Amino acid sequence: MTETFSVRKYLRDLKLPFCPGCGIFTVMNTFLRAVHELDHKNLSKFVFCSGIGCSAWIPSPYFIADSIHTPHGRSIPVATGIKLLRPDLNVVVFGGDGDIVGIGLSHFIHATRRNLDLLVIMVNNMVYGMTGGQVAPTTPFGTKTTTTPYGNFEYPLDAARLAVTAGACYVARWTTTHPNELKESIKKAIKMQGFRFIEVVSQCPTAFGRRIGLKSAKDMLKWFKENTISIEQAEKWSEEHLAEKIIVGEFVRRQRPTLVEAVYKIIEEAQKNEEN
Amino acid sequence: MRTVNPGTYFWQGNEACVEAAIIAGCSFFAGYPITPASEIAEHMAKRLPQVGGIPIQMEDEMASICAVIGASWTGNKAMTATSGPGFSLMQESIGYAFMTETPCVIVDVQRAGPSTGQATKCGQGDVMQSRWGTHGDYSAIVLSPNSVQEMFTLTVRAFNLAEKYRTPVILLTDEIIAHMREQITVPPLKSIEIINRKKPKVEERAFFGLEEVPPMPAVGEGFNIAVTGSTHNEYGIRLTADPTVHRRLVERLSNKIQNHVDEIADFESYNIDECQIGIVSYGCTSRTVYEAVKNAEKRGIKIGYVRLKTLWPFPERIIKKLAETAEKIIVPEMNLKQMFYEVERTANGLAKIIPLNKIGGGELITPEELLAKIEEAEKND
Repeated sequence: MTETFSVRKYLRDLKLPFCPGCGIFTVMNTFLRAVHELDHKNLSKFVFCSGIGCSAWIPSPYFIADSIHTPHGRSIPVATGIKLLRPDLNVVVFGGDGDIVGIGLSHFIHATRRNLDLLVIMVNNMVYGMTGGQVAPTTPFGTKTTTTPYGNFEYPLDAARLAVTAGACYVARWTTTHPNELKESIKKAIKMQGFRFIEVVSQCPTAFGRRIGLKSAKDMLKWFKENTISIEQAEKWSEEHLAEKIIVGEFVRRQRPTLVEAVYKIIEEAQKNEEN
Repeated sequence: MRTVNPGTYFWQGNEACVEAAIIAGCSFFAGYPITPASEIAEHMAKRLPQVGGIPIQMEDEMASICAVIGASWTGNKAMTATSGPGFSLMQESIGYAFMTETPCVIVDVQRAGPSTGQATKCGQGDVMQSRWGTHGDYSAIVLSPNSVQEMFTLTVRAFNLAEKYRTPVILLTDEIIAHMREQITVPPLKSIEIINRKKPKVEERAFFGLEEVPPMPAVGEGFNIAVTGSTHNEYGIRLTADPTVHRRLVERLSNKIQNHVDEIADFESYNIDECQIGIVSYGCTSRTVYEAVKNAEKRGIKIGYVRLKTLWPFPERIIKKLAETAEKIIVPEMNLKQMFYEVERTANGLAKIIPLNKIGGGELITPEELLAKIEEAEKND
């Protein structure tokens, strides 16, 4: 690393649309810092896909890169078409919890099962922020949101554990209070093949924090810090004790034959048989 | 890397569609099993790898159309195939393809709906869905084959129109045309016109405006393309509050099709300058027309027809011409009047428009039923 880091060199000269205190700034900054530390002078080796929601605006259109802003929940299928035909490019999906594990959950599981060569970064703010703070599949039980005024009567989804079960090659979860750990995870994940999933628990003071008594980003970050435990620590705790906790760390890191490898092997064989 | 050899074959409609797609340059197929379109996915799964292409079965139709859209942005030609229920699931992203000017081909092999209806039986109930299925203002290009040979030629044309106008094109076929087997001739490859999308020059940056059909780069070529289904300017930058930007974009997208109706229009016509009774038909229903017309002529009835191969944009000019001559126009359809109203609107009182509709069990309107309608129309002056 000879150059000093500046997010500016990767960003279009446009005003960012995010609210003050939004965790997206941390995710955006951390991702670009990871890219910089991997010596990518620009984003020409990347393609970004993102659906609908605040997090989908991380790459689109702010990154100076190819970015495809897809229908809600469909970033992973669009990325599937791109990666299969351009396996040489790093395809990265950004999305919120609603986009990735709400409306897009089926695609998330199937891409993981297929071991599609894709990095998915999910910014989990536990709420539908862009539409004004409705309950999400990741909202903690009992939480009051605009569509659960008496408290959420459903249990949240653990996306990271789901990705492990479905067969991801790399799964990590951090919060926006862990920028260094997050950056190292992103660097590792960019260099790997197969399906990689990083969940970032992130603050939305505007549509979530202020309704649960955490009025500022600072209050929300304090809440994350106080309720975070490492995956190593969590293994020693009972389910009951973990109910209110955010478990962070690397959930899995492994190699499996990837979709791109399998598909291109079949093409090669089919063409060989055709010639004979 | 072999496309099928020129020659004579005995193919199913769905098979002809696949071979034509490959000749047109299709290198990616994503789909989800559904009767009566599954043979397209099965044949693609076998044939695409042989020519270096990629077939994939996705988890649903929404994923299928989106994978096709992603594939198209890599600079490849891509398609999906489905039937009514899956076509409904794709509608949101067909609108996305229209808004982002993503060329792709969607085959809808119609069956009897609504809902699961009679899943294995023929119907023509998706005519209006193919035109108005997605939300918002848009224009669709929809082609309708009536033979296995036309499954071939119109599949090639669907890709050509998609590439030329940078828009999704729908091949609206039906269970009868897709499942029947007929003799078909694959002409020498050199004689088949193949159109490829216009690529930008190195310095170009306006991929979403300035021209009626802007050039389309691919990802990974260094253009830093910003693609979005939200309202955007000619550089792809999202501008969701400016009324002028929205108006300019959506009107251009619609006009780039509506301004070329005559070029996109494709039809077969017979005796439309002298007929007293006219018939407007399309798809499987039009196969009945030939025999009914022959028998009507034997009875001395002055009859002519227009058989639509392009359903949308609606080829008004030829229908108007028919309405100027014919006193009555019969519109046979395997639905409860869909194209009927379009013909009536276009004729605008110049001719009386008579519906002939039949649904259920995949039963075609028979030549006898059509002839009876023709005779009835002739008598009731």
